[in-house]
Order: sequence, then C-alpha cells, then structure tokens
Amino acid sequence: MSNSAKAEAVLALHRFGMGPRPGSIAAIGTDPRGALIAELDRPLTLTAAANLPSSAKAYRTVADANARRTARAKQAQQQAKKQQMAAAPVMSEDQAQTQGQTQGQGQEKDAAEMAAKQAADAIPDPGRPIYLQEAKLRTEAALAADIGFAERLVWFWSNHFCISANRIQSMSGAYEREAVRANALGRFVDLLLAAEGHPAMLFYLDNLESMGANSTAGINRSRGLNENIAREIMELHTLGVRTGYTQDDVISFANVLTGWTLVPPGADPEHGGQFIFNPRLHEPGGQTVLGKRYEQEDAEQGRAVLRDLAAHPATATHVATKLARHFVLDVPPPALVEQMAKTFRDTEGDLKQVAIAMVSSDEAWRAPPSKLKRPGEWVVGMARATGITIVDPVRFTGGQELLGEPLWRPSAPKGYPDDEASWIDGVGRRLDVANNFAERITGMADPQVIIEDLFASEIAPEVKQAVGRAESRQQALALLFMSADFQRR
Amino acid sequence: MGVVNHLPTRRELLVGSSALFAWSQMPRIARAEGRDPRLLVIVLRGALDGLGAVAPVGDPDWLSLRGDRALVLDGKTPALPLDAFFALNPAMPNLHRLYKGGKAAIVHAIATPYRERSHFDGQDVLESGLVKPGMTSSGWLNRALLALESGGRVDPRGSRALGIGSVTPLVVRGSAPVMTWVPQKLLPASEDTQNRLLDLYQHTDPKLATVLQARMKLASLGGAPGTGDAMSDDPTLMPPGIARVRAYFAEAAGTAARYLAKPDGPRVGAMGFVGWDTHIAEGAASGQLYNLLGALDGAFAAIESNMGAAWQETVVAVVTEFGRTARINGTQGTDHGTGTVAFLIGGALTGGRVIADWPGLKPAQLFEDRDLKPTTDLRAVLKGLLRDHLRVEERVLADAVFPGSADVKPMGGLVG
Repeated sequence: MSNSAKAEAVLALHRFGMGPRPGSIAAIGTDPRGALIAELDRPLTLTAAANLPSSAKAYRTVADANARRTARAKQAQQQAKKQQMAAAPVMSEDQAQTQGQTQGQGQEKDAAEMAAKQAADAIPDPGRPIYLQEAKLRTEAALAADIGFAERLVWFWSNHFCISANRIQSMSGAYEREAVRANALGRFVDLLLAAEGHPAMLFYLDNLESMGANSTAGINRSRGLNENIAREIMELHTLGVRTGYTQDDVISFANVLTGWTLVPPGADPEHGGQFIFNPRLHEPGGQTVLGKRYEQEDAEQGRAVLRDLAAHPATATHVATKLARHFVLDVPPPALVEQMAKTFRDTEGDLKQVAIAMVSSDEAWRAPPSKLKRPGEWVVGMARATGITIVDPVRFTGGQELLGEPLWRPSAPKGYPDDEASWIDGVGRRLDVANNFAERITGMADPQVIIEDLFASEIAPEVKQAVGRAESRQQALALLFMSADFQRR
Repeated sequence: MGVVNHLPTRRELLVGSSALFAWSQMPRIARAEGRDPRLLVIVLRGALDGLGAVAPVGDPDWLSLRGDRALVLDGKTPALPLDAFFALNPAMPNLHRLYKGGKAAIVHAIATPYRERSHFDGQDVLESGLVKPGMTSSGWLNRALLALESGGRVDPRGSRALGIGSVTPLVVRGSAPVMTWVPQKLLPASEDTQNRLLDLYQHTDPKLATVLQARMKLASLGGAPGTGDAMSDDPTLMPPGIARVRAYFAEAAGTAARYLAKPDGPRVGAMGFVGWDTHIAEGAASGQLYNLLGALDGAFAAIESNMGAAWQETVVAVVTEFGRTARINGTQGTDHGTGTVAFLIGGALTGGRVIADWPGLKPAQLFEDRDLKPTTDLRAVLKGLLRDHLRVEERVLADAVFPGSADVKPMGGLVG
C-alpha cells in the first residue's frame, strides 16, 4: 500500500469508523471509500442480543419489582406506625398541644419512612443490570467491527433520536436495538416511525398520558394535552428549529399523537410495555398540520403526519447537516451538505445512500482533522487500539460518565452536542482516564506497535518522539492516547 | 484481589491446617531461627536523580557542578545532614528520622549492570535481575521466593508475594504465585506526563495546549491536601496535584504494609511509583522532585505505622532503573544518567549510614563525563538483603536469582 493510501485508510478509521484496531488497515485495503461502503452491506448482527429482554419485557420486569417494592414499603410503614402507637404514652389533649405535637409526629413519620425505604431497598432494581448488559453488547459491537462505520451510524441515530436512561433505564438499550439499529441503514421514514412509536420515546417525551380535550378520557378528567413530543419531533427529529412550523402546528400534531401510549405493565403480563393506540385518549376528528388536513381516525393519523415530515425538504437539510457535522466538520462544507440532502430527497430518505453520498464526496475527506472525538468514540478507540474485545460495562459506563457522556443519559432531548467547544474543556479529564487506562493495559499494549501497525506510522513525528522518550510504557501510552492524532479526526 | 496460579490439589490436602500455612509462608531458614522477615521492594520508574535526593555537600566540586540548583545545608530549604559528607533532600524528614535512629541506610553511586539509557530496558534489567534486557518474563524477587521452598514447591494459597497496582511489577512476576491489590484511587497523571503532553500539544495542537494549561493552572492553585478541586463535581477525579500523588503513594504503600504485617499474609511485596523522569524543571529543593520525594517520604511513614510490630522484621528497598546526568541540562532538569541512590529502610536494618565508595564529581571522575560513576553494583545490595534477611542461599542467588552474578559478592552487615 502506498503511503497516501495508508493515510486515507487511517483517516477512514478515525473519521468514519471506531478507530484503528489490529488488522483494520489491512481490512480496508487500497480503497477506503469502497471498504466503508462495503461495510454498510454487512452490518454486524448482535447474536448476544438474543439473550437480552425486549424493551417491553425489560419494562415489565422493572415495573414488577417496583410494585413489589411499593407493597413491601407500605407494609413496613404500617407496621412501624403500629409499633409507635403502641409504644406512645397516652397524653391528654392539653399535653399534646403544649408538648410540641408536630415534632413528635415528625419523628414518627421519619421512622416509618425509613422502615419503608429499607423494605423497598431489600428488593434490588433489575433495571441497572439490564442497562449494563445492553451497554456491554453495544460497546463490544463497536470493538468487534472491522471499521465501525455502520456502528458509528447507529450511535449517531441513537443520539439523534435520544431517550434518557435517567427516566427509562429498563428500555434504554432495547430501544436502541429495536428502533434505531434495526433502521439505521434503512429509510428515514421507517426509523422515524419506529423511534416515535416506541414506548421508550413515548415515555421519555411524556406522551403516555397525553389526551385530547374531547377524547373519552379527556372529557371526564381535568388532565389534557402534552405538547412535548410533537414539538421535539418537529424541532429536533425532523424539520429542525425555525423552519416555519407554528405553535398551532405543534398543538395539532400533539392532538394527532394522543392515544400513542403503552400497555400498562400490571394489566397484561404478556403485552405490558408494548406500544398501543388507546382510542379513549385520542382527540377525535381531523387535524391540520403544516397546512395539510389529516382526517384519519386512529394511529394512522399520526403515521401520516410523520411520513410527511420525513419527506419534507427541511428534514433532508436538517438531517444532512447533522450527519456532516458529526462526521466531517463542526461547520460542514455547504456543498457536502447539499449533496447529502439531495441524495436524501432523491432516494426518499434512504439513509444508506445518504451515508454513501457522504463518503463518496471529496469534501468529506479533504477537511482537516479538526473534529474532537466525543468521549465514547475516544474511549472505544483506546480499547480498539489495545486489541481489547471484552468490556466490563461497569468500568466502561463509569468512564463515560466521568467524561461527561454517560451512555444513553443525555441531559436533554437534543442529545449530546457534536462540536469541539462542547467537549474540549473535558480534555483534562481525559488525561486522568488515559493515564489510568494506560496503567491497566501497559502489560498488553506496545505503543510502538500501535504506532507502526495500527496507525501505519501515520502519526505526527512529534508524537512518535514523545512516545519514544517517555519514562515508562504507561506514560508512552497515555501520551499516545492523548495526542491530537488520537483525539481528533 | 486477584490470585493467580492456584494449585488446587495441594490446597485441598492442606485445607484446615492453617498453622501449616503460616509456617509454609515463612522463608524456610529464617523460620528455623524463629524469625518472620518481610521484604518490600519499591521501584521508582523514570530514573531518580540520586544527587538531587542525597547530595554530596562535602564534595568540593558539588557547587560548581549543580550551581544554584545544588542542595546545600544553608539554602532556603536546607538539606538535612546525614554525615560529614552527605545531606538528604529536605522533603524527607521521615527518612531522616529513621536514618538517625539507625533504621535507614542509603547506598550512593549505585547502579544495575545496565549501561545504556532506555527506561524500558533499564527497568527490565533492574527487575528481571539479569544482565541484559528482554531475556525473561520473571523477576528476581519471585525467583528468590521459589528458591526458598525446597524443590521449588510453592505455597498453595498463592499468597506469598504481593504486587501492588493494576500491573504486577516484573520484579515479583514469575512462577511463584502472586496476589495483587489495586489501589482504589485513580493514579493521577504525573506532573511530568502533563508537561510532556503540554509540550506535545504546543507543537501540534495549540487549542488543546490552552485547555491543558488552564487545567494545570487550576491544579497548581490547589486546595488543601485531599480536598481537591472545588469546581469538580466528581470527587474521584480531582485535577492532579501533589496532594493526590501523596495520597496515592501513601495508600498504596500503606496497604502493602498492612498485608505484609498480617500473620498469615504475604512476606514479600513489590510496587512501582512513576514520575521520576525530571527532564524539565527538576526542582530538587522546591519543585517536582521535592514533591515526589515528599510523597515517597509519606509512603515510608505509612509503611512504618501500618507494619505495627512486624516493622522490626521489615526491610524496604527503594530502587530505580538508573540515575540522571550529574549536571543540570538546558531546561533546569537532568537527563538520563547512570549512578544513583538506593534507599533501605526498616526495623530490621543496621542503618544510620551512607554506604558509598565515592567516585568524585570532577569531569574525569564522571561516567562518560556526564553521569555519576557507579561504584556499587545494586545486585550486591539486593543479594546481601536476600541472603541475610530472607536467608536465600548464596549459590542460588548467583545462579537463579541474579544469573551471572557470581563475581558480585553480597554486601554483608545490612541487617542485624
């Protein structure tokens, strides 16, 4: 392989993949663009996913445990109260009034609450082990991929259609598998329908109990419409902010989506946690969204709006811009964005074709490596460089958290940002993580081998020199992992 | 805690006979004398500047060699006098106290047989006990342990040797079972690593350099020791400062001592401390090296107190792969050299002296006109300790523990 081909292979691994790992340069061969495209034809199958619960099953498991916790807590609380009453001295009304009645009651309440909490804590939360297994599966997929372009696309779309495990931990990993991974190389409209109709998203964006004012349930109750999901779908998932939709569009669309909810877990041990359209919550009648009338009577109404949003030209531009910003440059070249948006429009949102359009464009390769890898990419990159294939999910998710990108826990529906300014101040923390990681793996990784074999020596001479002069192998590895060549792409 | 190399069959045989365990973990001959010796080896990775740690203040060429970077008895931070000729770095009051009490010795102008200047190879020779690098994957301390059991039998519980850190130091690796303990605290990136990274960024990525510089500034403002960074929301990842290094050294060394002190615990241990490669702004009297030596001194105090009664039967050997240039370089630091010091502390020592066949500091007296010339072979010291403290036979020391060292006689009289 010529030096320029090697350089392009290394760039392909950093910019579009999960970073170099043993054998990846050879796997790419002389045609990096072709290799990236070829990987999209054979994305990884996660065989271990067969052992993991579906989102509905995971949700039921956690709901069951919660129900048992509540029952146990209630029981304990009642018992504690009974004991206190039996032990309390009998006071006259006057005495009680003069001796600080409220204080005494407060103490009783505290003791009962503590008893309740202890009883509840005795039943462990099954959500965390599920989350950790899912984290392990996802991370090991990133380590196993030859290049990792398809995995990077899964990560991108997962962040675009993010939910938060802080609110719905049980489903967080299964959501990604069921809604995102299954559609990341398909058509955008299918991805959109899968994501917005997924119980995890409906839970996260507060749609479960959203009801139309004139729905059967709405007439009888004081509760009503929740606009959250309708707004975020238009602002974040499809059209993009300030693209012409109005507050009325948001309200109409929110009405359209009333009734999109899930089967209550307690009510149905087999289907609890699955998507269901509940007509009792649904606002009857037609709605106008973005000037178009939707007269459908059920979930089809929402699907029709989503299909039109997916086909909207603003969505093509929004999605193309975000993709190019993530992979290529914080301020992506307009020509590249337009090329990708055009492909999106021409192929009715075929996401694989959009990805191919990106890596086929010279613009995507010509940009200087100025993107700062997000913490997740960077950590996976270190593990890949070391040849690690098995992940301790506690350690890995802990590291992600320290670096400010806890897995599946963005602080807002916008997901994690993709620009250098958001992440660069965290570089100091990366040094601690790199130093610690280097200490752990110093026996199994040779920095010179990483530079020569994995990076095909395509690394700044200053880095080679710093690595060569390091006082220990640990320091050499830490410097290598912290180098701009390793953190930027 | 991970324990490797189980020998289940023999373990099954011995289940329930805990007294036998306790005996079998003791070095064989020492036990016959009713002793129960402990040995802890601390490797200072990066090459310690022996002259910055123990200064030859009585040498007429000392001041001209190091100039205003020379440790002196009447400086701003005065060195601590050891004898008429040597003085100790002021960051090490504990070591000074131990020395005055006869429980510490210092060997100066010492080196392994390695005469090149690569850290990795130098550490390999230091820890493998062989004359050349890259020849074995076992360390001299592990082989010494093997030799203590007749017929090479090893303890079935696998707990005779202790390694501290997530990577077992080579010196204690080998076929004798090793248990390892990993400190819970994240080892902070050393000041040296940060300086190197900053230098790298300044040449390759100015934006990253700015960020790193800001962080280093914040760390240097510091807080009280142990309190870390008030601006950080995460107590486990404070910005690296000397307080964290001190805490790490003390925790790691103190834990090693606790295990070694246990009646049924391991009897030898090894650990490594990084950060001694002081090319830039060495700061023997008040900077980098001063801080690191202070942290090491704190580790000594932690060992002494955690050893409890076992301190009387303890020797701690502190060694490094090589020394540094005798002269200060162009960046107020020192480069890779040859001769350096070794610290020996412990209740079992016959200390209170600096052992040195002093080579002098005139240009012609320096090794290759740049380094302190080594006049004592580190293996002589280590062989002396292994022979007189653990009772490893001299023949075994020359053949198996330090192969090819028959002409390096064990140094006598170190323990008493």
